[in-house]
Amino acid sequence: MIIALIDIALLTFMGATAIAILRLRSLFAVVMLSGIYSLLAASMFVTLDAVDVAFTEAAVGAGISTVLMIAVLALTGERERTPSHTPLVPLIVVGLTGAALIYATFDMPAFGDANAPANLHVAPRYLNDSFGEVGLPNVVTSVLASYRGYDTLGEVTVIFTAAVAVMLLLGGRKGDDAGIKNEPEADAEANEGADADSDPKSGGGGTA
Amino acid sequence: MFTITAFAILVALGIALARAFAGPTVFDRILAVNSVGTKTVLLIAVLGFLTDRPEFLDIAIVYALINFIGVVAVLKYVKYGDVAHPGEDGSAG
Repeated sequence: MIIALIDIALLTFMGATAIAILRLRSLFAVVMLSGIYSLLAASMFVTLDAVDVAFTEAAVGAGISTVLMIAVLALTGERERTPSHTPLVPLIVVGLTGAALIYATFDMPAFGDANAPANLHVAPRYLNDSFGEVGLPNVVTSVLASYRGYDTLGEVTVIFTAAVAVMLLLGGRKGDDAGIKNEPEADAEANEGADADSDPKSGGGGTA
Repeated sequence: MFTITAFAILVALGIALARAFAGPTVFDRILAVNSVGTKTVLLIAVLGFLTDRPEFLDIAIVYALINFIGVVAVLKYVKYGDVAHPGEDGSAG
């Protein structure tokens, strides 16, 4: 009962925040409000007992995304131009898509239904036997680390490849990212020695 | 007891949200975000006790850390116009 009331209050706050994000033209305020939206969504996930999802939402949505968006604002402008076109056609498209998605949810089993297909296949075995087979108290951990170990290994490989690619892309630009360089002293001096006759601004990084 | 606390936190959350919507200065909004983050931490802590699972408290502490880092980055942007700015003395850059 009380949890339901908290859910309703949080959903109302989320709706109000979304409408405020749509109406504001100051992008700084929009970034701040989207951080608030993520925090509210994370609280929502906690009330739904999905604490790990809530944790990810708070770390990625409210933490990293806000910082990245602020960094983007530092490179671009802070004001959004008022749109010149009318929002009628996009509104109709979005409304129709949303109606279709809501219509599709009528076929879904009820929330937490024990007889739903997803809860009848391997879930009972995980819940009943995973402690004896793997020996971890958390079922989610034993599924991710043991039953789906190869799948998790593949995911980690994908993330590692993405991280290496991003680092290669960022490492191509030496000099003007003060936070990213790893060997500032030796590198800068070597550059200055080599580029002594070229433009002095190109070699002497780290002064931003 | 915890029910009353939860309602009080929700009311405070609503007031902080109103300040975030209204602005008008950037510092109003930063303070509102920080305040909403604090209320989220408190709400998660109270929810843990409401549902008899006080181990949620650990997660609330990590939320407080995330909130702190985010606000520091935003304040750096507001003061220096750059998130990666080394700071006052420039020793880090």
